[in-house]
Amino acid sequence: MTDYDAVIIGAGHNALVCAGYLTKAGKTVLVVDGRPDPGGCASTREFSPGFRVSDCAQWLSQFDQSIVKDLNLIGNGLRLGQPKSTISLQPDSDHLTLEGDTISGAGVDSADQAAYQDFKKMVRSFAKLMSTLYRSRPPKLVEQNWTDRMTLMKLGLGLKLLGREHLRDLMRIVMINIYDVMNEHFSNSALKSTIALDAVTGTNMGPRSPNTVYSYLHRATGEHLAQTGTTQVIGGMGALGQSLASAAEKFGTTLQLGTSVSAITKTDNRVTGITLDSGEKISAKIVISSADPTTTFRDLLGYDQMEAGVAKRVEHYRSRSGTAKLHLALSALPDFTGLAADQLSQRLVITPSMDGMEQALNPMKYRELSTLHTFDISIPTIEDPGLAPSGHHVLSAIVHYVPFEPDIGWEKGKPQLLNQLMSELEVYAPSIGDLVMASELIVPSDLEASHGMTGGNWHHGELSIDQALMMRPFPGSTQYATACEGLYLCGAGAHPGGGLQGLPGRNAAKEILKRGVL
Amino acid sequence: MSDVSRDTMLLTTPFHSRVEAMCNINDWGNWMGFTTPNAYFDVELEYFAIRSTTGVFDLSPMNKYRVTGTDAQRYLDRLITRDVSKIGVNRVGYAIWCDDNGQVMDDGTIFHLGEQDYRICSYQRADDWLAWNTLGFDVTIENESDTVAGLAVQGPTSCTVLTLLGCTDLNQLKPFGIAHYTFEGLPMMVSRTGFTGDLGYEVWVPPESAEALWDQLFELGRDYLIKPIGSHALELARIEAGFLQANVDFMPAEEVVRVGRTRSPFELGLGWLVDFNKPLFNGRSALLREQEKGSRYRFAMLDVQGNKPAEHSFILKGKKQVGTVTSAAWCPTAKANIAYAQIEMPHGAVGDELVAEIYYQRELHWTRLLAPCKVIDAPIFKSPKRWQTPAPPH
Repeated sequence: MTDYDAVIIGAGHNALVCAGYLTKAGKTVLVVDGRPDPGGCASTREFSPGFRVSDCAQWLSQFDQSIVKDLNLIGNGLRLGQPKSTISLQPDSDHLTLEGDTISGAGVDSADQAAYQDFKKMVRSFAKLMSTLYRSRPPKLVEQNWTDRMTLMKLGLGLKLLGREHLRDLMRIVMINIYDVMNEHFSNSALKSTIALDAVTGTNMGPRSPNTVYSYLHRATGEHLAQTGTTQVIGGMGALGQSLASAAEKFGTTLQLGTSVSAITKTDNRVTGITLDSGEKISAKIVISSADPTTTFRDLLGYDQMEAGVAKRVEHYRSRSGTAKLHLALSALPDFTGLAADQLSQRLVITPSMDGMEQALNPMKYRELSTLHTFDISIPTIEDPGLAPSGHHVLSAIVHYVPFEPDIGWEKGKPQLLNQLMSELEVYAPSIGDLVMASELIVPSDLEASHGMTGGNWHHGELSIDQALMMRPFPGSTQYATACEGLYLCGAGAHPGGGLQGLPGRNAAKEILKRGVL
Repeated sequence: MSDVSRDTMLLTTPFHSRVEAMCNINDWGNWMGFTTPNAYFDVELEYFAIRSTTGVFDLSPMNKYRVTGTDAQRYLDRLITRDVSKIGVNRVGYAIWCDDNGQVMDDGTIFHLGEQDYRICSYQRADDWLAWNTLGFDVTIENESDTVAGLAVQGPTSCTVLTLLGCTDLNQLKPFGIAHYTFEGLPMMVSRTGFTGDLGYEVWVPPESAEALWDQLFELGRDYLIKPIGSHALELARIEAGFLQANVDFMPAEEVVRVGRTRSPFELGLGWLVDFNKPLFNGRSALLREQEKGSRYRFAMLDVQGNKPAEHSFILKGKKQVGTVTSAAWCPTAKANIAYAQIEMPHGAVGDELVAEIYYQRELHWTRLLAPCKVIDAPIFKSPKRWQTPAPPH
């Protein structure tokens, strides 16, 4: 007799989604996480007295709508803000605005406006097709199995329905890079780099890296699944975690927070439970890990507990990141040149040209700090004043490209980088420095430490074709089961991968229930 | 290989000066990058030295890896398919290792030299695979291929010759045992192992002892009709004795590029080396699945009628082709025409009667022969001397 049907390692959004579905089906589930609050990357934290911020993910744009409904997240307190438009800030203050399928500003001409509508239409048709794959377990191509055949048939039908032109485009671009695709479609530099930013966010890739079209489509697929647009969560992203935890608990999930898992334990050659930091052992019919694959296999299970080929695949699994977060506590609403006050609540991005982005990537490769960055800015306190003291504001920005650890070390590197980032921001918001009451810079190594994500990669592994679909995280450990009997994956390291999406957790639960292992 | 001439692409072994001097017919081959004799004077006479007196074979090109560290035994237990704990100190175990798909990468011998101290002797270079296997283990792998020279000294008079060399009480050494001596002030290790199926030993010394060892062996062994043997004579002996050869009877899994060309231990008749009582070893899950689902092939030892070796033959069941031959020889001592074959399941069980489709030519005239053959359960040649302790006097 085991303590639980399933133990889930980590209380991130995917873990809680998985737990919700499993307990809804009547299974007993324990969710364990070392962090004090549920949600993982969906977290809100006070970074300065009175100032709270979504300290990892800041935008919700890809969360699958079926999960919101199945787990009744609205009934459990989830409140989303208004859909945001994207405003790409330009040095000459002629800012570029992307809203739905329309674009304006920054000297965008009618040809680019028409091309943008065509491009969005094409991307939507690809996203629709990919959503078939994303809502199912990834089909294996070799082993013939009816579930996989059905998925492949649906995919084949979807490909057929794309029409010859789009099908040809998809086959042509999916393996290449966003840089080339942007140059094919558009002439406006600001437009190109603004779209390209969506292809590299959270990754270790530049616009010219192969696989950036795939990562762009991944994001677009999420948007298709969510149908919310880009929004903020009222109360900060942690409120998503809270609503997921509340939903899971109502179905009967047991949550044990503030307790770290030190090991996945095996009996003979089967995973049979976990060991906590306290030494306490908990047994379960299966263990489901929402931790990233490297943490799961290398740190919790141990390379000596698996066949050598599996260890080799884990070592080869790529999960580096060039993503940092900048948090500013502001005494007042900042003034961005050329932006009206009501525009400040939108998604503000700053990018150099695509070539500039590529140049910004280079120093990171050599463990150096760049003098050029991209910013994806949210001032959440406009829509959600409760995050800061009255009249005060919080600015949160996703910043690229920042090395995991520069050669000069972070003690010296952080103040230097912070100064650099502030000077880049001040080009667009000249007096913002005067408003800063407190600041915080979260670099990839911080994200690794605080959220347990190897390399600080919030997709739990690079989003690339060789680590996607039926190869995510790696061959032999796909379809949520792993090469180690009794161990399953439900995190972003499993199909369909990263972002606040919830599908790895949902698909894992469905697959586990279907297999009848509980 | 600092002391080795780089004049040619092929490397030479520490015994090369002596080997070269004795290689009367100058017939050389390439064995894993080393230049080694196919034959010294006459393949059949060399073969009969193994069976009747003593044959000496330079096996220095074999790859040797030292495995030490607190996890050495655990490391090996995860690497190979058999239970390492059953190989005592100063004992040698024959072993195979598989990839995660349960496909054989190589076979070799594991020398248990001391507490958490082992040596793997393998046919293939294995540096990369052994290094990957260290992940998660406190273990050090050292490639000793160039610092350990080896001679196989095989045949009925081998014990006597080695005793004359100073290997005291060697006759008391059990099969697969290891004994330690010194030779000219340097360590010399002798294991009762070999590839001939006869009484025989393998002698392991530092390269600087190599030439003196060769000289003294041949000096002391003259009255015991000691002869050097090349790879062709050894090939005859090993087929007669029932030993498999990597790259001949199976393809090392890592070298295979075509789908389906690898083989599992069960498909090579090596299931006896797989110990499922061990909770974890490379290939275990895949091999368990294979056990459930059944293997694709069966290793069959065939007693072929007639005296034409069934080299590269197709094996037929009625008119249907069910397999191919990997090794074949007319074996002089067993006086049997032996072939090893890979037979598609379900054919090839012991007693199964098959046909070997043999092609041979004499003076450019090709003849096709349909030779009946029968699957036998063990080699016909079985030398009791191989297993006797004390080693029998000649």
